[in-house]
Amino acid sequence: MVDVMHGVPESRPADESDDVELYHPHSWITKYVFSQDAKIIAIQYSTVALAIGLVALVLSWLMRLQLGFPGVFSFIDPDRYYQFITMHGMIMVVYLLTALFLGGFGNYLIPLMLGARDMVFPYVNMLSFWIYFLAVLVLLTGFFLPGGPTGAGWTLYPPQAILANTPGQQWGIVVMLVSLILFIIGFTMGGLNYVVTVLQGRAKGMTLMRMPLTIWGIFTATVMALLAFPALFVGAVMMLLDRLIGTSFFMPAIVAMGERLAHKGGSPILFQHLFWFFGHPEVYIVALPAFGIVSDLISTHARKNIFGYRMMVWALVAIGALSFVVWAHHMYVSGMHPAFGFFFATTTLIIAIPTAIKVYNWVLTLWQGDIHFTVPMLFALGFIVTFLNGGLTGLFLGNVVVDVPLSDTMFVVAHFHMVMGVAPILVIFGAIYHWYPKVTGRMLDDRLGKLHFWVTFLGAYLIFFPMHYIGLMGVPRRYHEIGAMSFVPPSAATLNEFITVVALIVGAAQLAFVFNLIWSLKQGRPAGGNPWRATTLEWQTPQTPPAHGNWGKTLPVVYRWAYDYSVPGAAEDFLPQNQPPDPRTA
Amino acid sequence: MGIAVVLALVVIGSVVFHFLSPWWWTPIASNWRYIDDTIIITFWITGVVFAAVVLFMAYCVFRFRHREGNRAAYEPENKRLEWWLAIGTGVGVAAMLAPGLVVWHRFVTVPTDATVVEVIGQQWQWAYRLPGADGRLGAADVAQITAENPLGVDPKDPHGQDDIVIQGDNLHLQLGKPVKMLLRAIDVVHDFYVPEFRAKMDMIPGSVTYYWFTPTRDGTFDVLCAELCGTGHTFMRGNVVVEPESQYQAWLQQQKTFAQLQGPTRTQAKN
Amino acid sequence: MAVVLGFIVIVAAFAGWWLSRQHLTAKPWLEVGVIGEAADPTSPTTAKLGLGTFLVVASSLFALLISAYSMRMGMSDWRALPMPTVLWFSTGLLMLASIALHMAVIAARCDESGPLRSSLLAAGVCSLAFLCAQALAWRELAVSGYFTAANPASAFFYLLTAIHGAHVLGGLVALGRTSTRTFARPKDLAPTIPRELTLSVELCAIYWHFLLLVWLVLLALLMRWTDDIIEICRGLLT
Repeated sequence: MVDVMHGVPESRPADESDDVELYHPHSWITKYVFSQDAKIIAIQYSTVALAIGLVALVLSWLMRLQLGFPGVFSFIDPDRYYQFITMHGMIMVVYLLTALFLGGFGNYLIPLMLGARDMVFPYVNMLSFWIYFLAVLVLLTGFFLPGGPTGAGWTLYPPQAILANTPGQQWGIVVMLVSLILFIIGFTMGGLNYVVTVLQGRAKGMTLMRMPLTIWGIFTATVMALLAFPALFVGAVMMLLDRLIGTSFFMPAIVAMGERLAHKGGSPILFQHLFWFFGHPEVYIVALPAFGIVSDLISTHARKNIFGYRMMVWALVAIGALSFVVWAHHMYVSGMHPAFGFFFATTTLIIAIPTAIKVYNWVLTLWQGDIHFTVPMLFALGFIVTFLNGGLTGLFLGNVVVDVPLSDTMFVVAHFHMVMGVAPILVIFGAIYHWYPKVTGRMLDDRLGKLHFWVTFLGAYLIFFPMHYIGLMGVPRRYHEIGAMSFVPPSAATLNEFITVVALIVGAAQLAFVFNLIWSLKQGRPAGGNPWRATTLEWQTPQTPPAHGNWGKTLPVVYRWAYDYSVPGAAEDFLPQNQPPDPRTA
Repeated sequence: MGIAVVLALVVIGSVVFHFLSPWWWTPIASNWRYIDDTIIITFWITGVVFAAVVLFMAYCVFRFRHREGNRAAYEPENKRLEWWLAIGTGVGVAAMLAPGLVVWHRFVTVPTDATVVEVIGQQWQWAYRLPGADGRLGAADVAQITAENPLGVDPKDPHGQDDIVIQGDNLHLQLGKPVKMLLRAIDVVHDFYVPEFRAKMDMIPGSVTYYWFTPTRDGTFDVLCAELCGTGHTFMRGNVVVEPESQYQAWLQQQKTFAQLQGPTRTQAKN
Repeated sequence: MAVVLGFIVIVAAFAGWWLSRQHLTAKPWLEVGVIGEAADPTSPTTAKLGLGTFLVVASSLFALLISAYSMRMGMSDWRALPMPTVLWFSTGLLMLASIALHMAVIAARCDESGPLRSSLLAAGVCSLAFLCAQALAWRELAVSGYFTAANPASAFFYLLTAIHGAHVLGGLVALGRTSTRTFARPKDLAPTIPRELTLSVELCAIYWHFLLLVWLVLLALLMRWTDDIIEICRGLLT
């Protein structure tokens, strides 16, 4: 974290002019492995994130097998089940979604969309990826250490996270915390780059209000992440000390299984505050880039400017700011002072207003559009449905008294999977189908893409929509089987089986996606420079895939905003941002 | 094209599922019908918004699909429409928030005539303590816990001597009598959760949390733990029995006080 | 959490002020043509912005630590520590380091190689001595029986000083590189100091002023000068 200083002064020799490349890869290693090119780093980030995401996908299969067919798979005992859900949650939220949106899309798109040659601190950027990679490796060692990975739930609530009756108490929790600390250090290095590049690296004419919403989303999310991740850092360091040298930051006096522990006077609630001070903004750190990207997908594929661009920008900023004063809505039933309930319920429901505005504007962009049902567009439409659904159930859980019966039930699980699992993942898929041609020069296969979309979208909806009702009945989350509950009808088991079967099918569809990614690399239809006829700068590069330095000899100059689609009187239905105004009309 | 149909089907399917599926909340057994009512209000408002937006989207997708020679309209914004939508959303949000906050106020205001029941959570069982004849619970602390005194009741506190201690057995509650649950955990975070009562609250080691309700229906209900508490979380079950006053009193008479439970061990120690 | 909320409010106010000057109410679809000039990504401003952003992140970290500390302080069993007197000494050392770097910046701007070298050296020595003094304070506490696990106050003392110390250590790496480059330059060959080296020295100086500021806040907290303020914050929240 403190290392950001070195490398900063050197990375930009003062006398180099803009059209000279900023660093010169000499060998294969410096070009593709320890690369300082943001595009290579983006691909590295994305590959690692998707790979670790596949691990989390397999974990979700295992847990679904247990829930759908309890007792059939005897190797999934409660300990293993808790380890699966914990690792699944942590990997998906932090190591996949955060890393892919900011490290992957952020690195690829910020310089290209803004007309820069690269990130402003390429060396730090490279370090960022390698520390992230190290964090992933440390995380994975948990599976091979005695006791296995931690099974404390992704929220890692103390005291149970570090006590003997939780799986992975021996080493799992330690490597988890160390891995998180590394991730935060790595992310901070990347985050500094994204923020300063947006501030300093924009091409001539690229005012803030001409930036594509993708950049606004990533920029806002990065600022939030930089402010919020330190909370997790502090929590992780303190818990690590509690676990390793026996301090009592989070550990009160405890008698566990008849044995009096040495801890005294710590506060478990303090951890919850720290965790959710990070954890809630984290939801929006994942959501805001998705908001931004989906705006651009819809606009491009509906051939229409995004409706209410200014409102979209203001809403992004407002959501980012508000998300720092809603964290305790995760703690309504934690026994904190009741007065906080009034405050946090109000702030939480207020955040619904800018969020709703964004949904309206996406839909209104479709109105009178010229909608092409390309694969990215389908995923964008799927996102609106699932995000709307998940956002609306958020109004249940944000409203303090409604949260009381529903908290810690499967309703919560269904809600957050819909809103920050399925919805952002659909955007990620849409974005990959959208930008893959730019990254590789080839199109992804359309038929496989459509198959992937239909199975994923409908399957995910079939998994998570009925799951709300299991929670509504009162089935708590983090139960490895329903068992005998007098208030649950036997038909619930059938529903669980159904969900499991659908989950397996949806999971299998992702393999088709991975196959498509690899197959199209060589066999895909050549894409050309601008297959979607899009306006933003990344599609206007002289080469596809963009060469080192992105723009050849001269940097682009920006003359217009990012959404000049179907402008009346123009010959084409799109005007690239770097197209000068017509001298006849100007 | 197909997507328009599917979007409409998603709405119709969701609504049909909502009304026809057998999976719904369990009948309530406490005074917190207000909470159910707030949920119903929220269901209606959010349901209408969901159906309206997705159906509108389906219409757009159908009506404005790409055809040869089509061109999209050019409309950067429409301030009036945007403001009206924002105001409408604000009204909808207020309609959910206002009843929510009113009910929350009731939820955190414990009636003065509520009897006190202490629930103690530990891996992975429930124990209970009732105030006894003097109507007051004695002090308790983790530091006092021994094998004979698993709840950590302070032996020196006179109020604690007549406290009724229930271990490894069901809790009984009196029908129609408000009860304040004092929640204590001695190892990790637990959550005393009876779905029929709707109310729940975490139990945090090192502090005492609470909630209150009035049982309104007699019967035996499942007690679950709703906060992950280690390997045995799923198995941390119990029962709570709600019964009319006469039966409740009969049950109460059979229970042992703290002093009675400590008695035999003390005599043994003397011998 | 009042402290960190206060910090977030300050950051939000600054961000709001900045955004208010970015023409966020402009209607971009009406403006065609080139607006404004591009910032130069190779300018010193970029590096300073990078460092500034990092300092905001570090401030967030310390604000959260202070929040946690003040929350813990509010509990009944809090026992304050006797503060080791060596802390005064270490404070003085860090101040000296900060002053030395300030001198180094002046020297670099005036192209005076000799003073630049000696100031950098002094700053490095003072910072190392600061770390040693902090280690002495740890030892003093440990010897008198306040080891980390014994008491929440001492655990916090170790944690706060360790994280601050880690930041000093990280800064020393950057300072070390800057010094190496300074000393590697033949003294009499190049009379002017290159712009990039001046920038490095400036960045180090900014970072050290920040370290000093954070340390003074932490010191005030540990010495319990801020108890009243924390009490007021807590009162406001409940």
